[in-house]
This record gives sequence, C-alpha cells and structure tokens, in this order.
Amino acid sequence: MPERRRIRSLPDSLRALRTPADPAFWRSPVRGARFTAVLGVILLVGLTLLFVTGLLSYAAYNPDLNRVNDKTPGKGWLGFYLFSWPTGPHWLYRLTQGLHVTVGIVLVPVLLAKLWSVVPRLFALPPARSAGHALERISLLLLVGGALFQFVTGLLNIQLDYLFPGSFYTLHFYGAWVFLAGFITHTALKLPQAVRVLRNGIPRGEPDTLAAPDPLPATLSRRGALALVGAGSLLLLVTSAGRSFDGPLRRIALLTPRGGTDPGPGPNAFQINKTAAAVRITPADTGERWRLTVRGPAGEFRFSRAELLAMEQHSAALPIACVEGWSTSDQRWCGVRLSDLAALAGYPHRPPGVFVDSLQRSGSFRKAALRDNQVRDGRSLLALEVNGAPLSPDHGYPARIIVPAAPGVLNTKWVETLTFGEL
Amino acid sequence: MSTRAVPPTPAAPRRRRFSPRRAYGEGPLHLLLLAATFCLAGYAGVRLLDGDTVGVLLWFAGSAVLHDLVLLPVYAGADRALRAVLGPRQALVNFVRVPAFLSGLLLLIWYPLIARRTERRYEAAAGTSPDVYFGNWLLITGALFALSALWLLVRALRSRTGRRSETKVRPSAPH
Repeated sequence: MPERRRIRSLPDSLRALRTPADPAFWRSPVRGARFTAVLGVILLVGLTLLFVTGLLSYAAYNPDLNRVNDKTPGKGWLGFYLFSWPTGPHWLYRLTQGLHVTVGIVLVPVLLAKLWSVVPRLFALPPARSAGHALERISLLLLVGGALFQFVTGLLNIQLDYLFPGSFYTLHFYGAWVFLAGFITHTALKLPQAVRVLRNGIPRGEPDTLAAPDPLPATLSRRGALALVGAGSLLLLVTSAGRSFDGPLRRIALLTPRGGTDPGPGPNAFQINKTAAAVRITPADTGERWRLTVRGPAGEFRFSRAELLAMEQHSAALPIACVEGWSTSDQRWCGVRLSDLAALAGYPHRPPGVFVDSLQRSGSFRKAALRDNQVRDGRSLLALEVNGAPLSPDHGYPARIIVPAAPGVLNTKWVETLTFGEL
Repeated sequence: MSTRAVPPTPAAPRRRRFSPRRAYGEGPLHLLLLAATFCLAGYAGVRLLDGDTVGVLLWFAGSAVLHDLVLLPVYAGADRALRAVLGPRQALVNFVRVPAFLSGLLLLIWYPLIARRTERRYEAAAGTSPDVYFGNWLLITGALFALSALWLLVRALRSRTGRRSETKVRPSAPH
C-alpha cells in the first residue's frame, strides 16, 4: 500500500515542479481560443474607437493654427490628417472626448481579461520558432506595452496624478502611434483566426492551443467569465458616464473624477476646470480697473465690462467639454459676439482668427488661438453672463471665451486681450 | 495550350540550399507587414523618447512587465487562495469572487482618487473635494458583497423549499 500511495503522489510532486513554460502549468478551464477571440473582437472595435477619437481630440485643438495650441510641434507626418475643427454640432467635442475617456475606462476589464487569456503564450518555449516569429513577438511588446502605457497615462491624467515621465500630451499622442503600429500588425495576423473560431468553432481533431491541456474542474463557465468581464464594464460605465452630464446623472457617477457633485448651488454651479484661486487670479485683477484690449488693423481699443455689457448682447446654449472626458450640459451664455468685436477691430466682413490672452500668468493654455470659422460662428461669444447671472470668478469673470464644439481649454477664462488677424 | 502536352519534367534532385523563406519561417507578406510596423513605431518612437528617454522606456516596458509578472500573478494567486480557503465548498467561490473582482477593479483604476493622492490639486482645479471617493468605494464594495450575500440566501432558501416540495411529492408517488 505505501508503494502505491507513493506512485499516486508522484504526478502531484511533478506538477509542483512545473514552470510557466510548461503548458500544463496553466490550469484554468476558462482559457480557450473562443474566449480570447470574443475579447479580441471587442477590443478591435473599442481600441479603434479610442484611437480615432484620440486623433480627433488632437485635431480639435487646431494645433496647426498656432504654436500655443500645439503640445506636440515635432509631430512631423503624424499630423497628416489635421483639418479645421468645425463648430457644429455644438456637442461634437463633448461627444468625441466623452466617448474617448468613458469607453477607455469601460474597456479596462476587457483588456485585462484578454491579456490574462493569452498569458501562457508569454512564457512558451522556445521563445521564437523562427526569425519571423521573433519579429512578431517584438511587435507584441509594442502592442501590449503600448496599450498598457496608453491606459495608465490616460487614467492617471484624468485623476490629475502626473506621475508619468513628461508632458501628458506628448506621451499619449506619440504613445498612441507606437501602439497603433503593433495593433495593426496583430489585427492583420490574428483577425482571420479569430473570425474563423467565432464562425465555425475549432475544427474537430485540431487542438485548442489556448486552452489548458490539464484543466481544473470548472467553477465558472467561459460564458460566466465573459459575463463577469461585462459586469465589470457595466459597473464602470454606471459609475463614470454621468460625468458628462449635470444634475442627477452626475450624482450617479459615484467613482470617477468630477463625479457625484456639482460645485455649489446657483447659476454658476457647473463643473470648473481651474478655479481662480488655483491660478492666482485676485479680485484686484478683475475689478473696476480691468479693461479688455481688442487689437486689429483699425487700431487698439480698450473696453470696461460696463461698456461691453452696453454692446449688442447675444446668447448661446453651449457645454464645457474637457479633454479629461468630463463635460457639462448646455449652459446659457450671454455676451458679445466675437465677430462683432472683429468688426470693431477692422474686419467687418469675413473676419480672420483671433489670438486670445488671459490674465492668468502661469499654466498651459493661458494663450489660445481660434480659427476664422470659430470667430465667424454666431454662437462664439465673449461671454459676460451665464444662466442669467454674471460669470463667477471661477468661470472667468469678468469675461471669457465660449466657442461651440471647442475643447474646454480653448474657451479662455479671464480674458485680457483679443488680437484679430493672421495667426 | 501547347504547354499542356509537354509531360512534366521529373523533379530535379533537391540540393540543400539556404532558403531565406525557411529561415524566416513566415511568408513575405508577414515580413513586409512587420517592416512597416517597425518603421511607424520607430518614427513615433523617437518622438516619444525625445526627452526623458530612460523614463519613457521604463514606463513602456515596465507597464507590460508589472502587469505580466506582478498584477496577474497577484490576482491569480488571490483567486487560488480563495479556492483553497473554501476547501470542499467550491460552489461558494463565485459569491466571493464576483464582488471581490468588481471591487478590486474599481480600486485598481481609481486608486489615485480613492487614496486622495492628488487631493490639493483636485480641489484647486475642480473647486470640490475628492474626499468622497474613498467612502463611495467602500459603499459600492459593501453593496456588492451584500447583493452577493442576498443572492446566496435566496438560492439557499429556494433549494430548501425545492427539496421540501420534493419530499412532499415522494410519499404520494406509490398511489
């Protein structure tokens, strides 16, 4: 009897010696080609959406208009696709950037599950069967490293935790292109397999190379595991998506930056990008002595807030939409049309762009350039009031820019100077 | 048409020659695709690495290494530990696994927010306090475990009433 017991325990002790390079080391019954294929196809659609909306966000800054709008001036051909960002529909940037960040958050469990499903391959021996296989594995580092790099920098940036080694704009933009290189190759090489497995299953007699050869008894079916990943995505969606709306929807967004509450009561109680205190704007800067300077071929003009209020006032219902993915619902802004100010500056017809300076003395985007199509839109205002009340200091009192569909930071607050002309 | 009539020439005896295709192991399209990949990655990569080169390389490769060699083994190990603790009651594993996974996922993604790592910067930017998020995370976690417990309870009650009705049926069977 003792001998028999020893013999029976032998495979167990051998199993204890297994290394991750041994396929039998991996014992989850959930892994399999179909499971990986489902997650892969979801990521193909999702990550493509993230890449496209990311490129759109860069275009929305109009980086080719002026250096102050461009955080990656060394982009070279990577800016080949840039175009004049339109002003309509007025919720365009709110939609594209809301999708970019919210879909990114929601895809985290899918990405983690996908990486988990193929991790045995990482340790497979030999490391490369051929030169071609070796190159393919190096390209996988671009894919996996790139995806994780993009997700980590993005998630840290929206939480204002700037741990990463450099400017977020630079890292996230160039990182996206490095990721894309690996992503296209991986898609081209693996999509046919994934489609085949999803359509026809694995042909009889062929092994499922992603499945464990010696699986443990199942505690969760493959369908159950997919449902768990889906539940993770759903939970993230419910606790995050409300950051793109005011009121009750934001209150549902319990665990996400800018979720839960709006700042205080009243007409100015909607999300703020940077408070006046944070950029050291004092009441002395914005009080009676404040003047707006407007420059153009007709000369240089200075206006007090009372003089601006005496001009023809127009209103527009527009949101604030931040690159961090949060946005407000439409707010009712009231003020002077940028095109009217351009006319005063000497451009009565078809005005050019405008260069905007803020009172803000430090921090990025205290200067911004707007393109001619943005100046010409009748909803583009130098706003003095919002929702029927004067702007609060945190929303840019005495005057701020508001342009339809423009990223939040181009809606300069505490405006000091508007220079119309070629940029 | 005339070529059809020509009988196939017998295959020449194979000489051992260096075959680039065999050494590469994949088709020519594979090579072209990967060449294009590395060109694009190189073009973007020099721009990505311009600045803190070592830092960016560490972050890029480090994120993959940390995921594969730390995060994944940690959560896989936690799952194995859970199964070991439950012993023969493996049927209960998902009642712990599901809420723990969901809560851990939230913690992983929102750690800077939950741990108030950027409290001052957040308040200066938004004008609201990020204090609430730690409490919210605890509440969501609590709700998830409570829901799981409720589900377990309902299942237990249902199986008990199911068994009872079964025993009620059984005596009437001989009739």
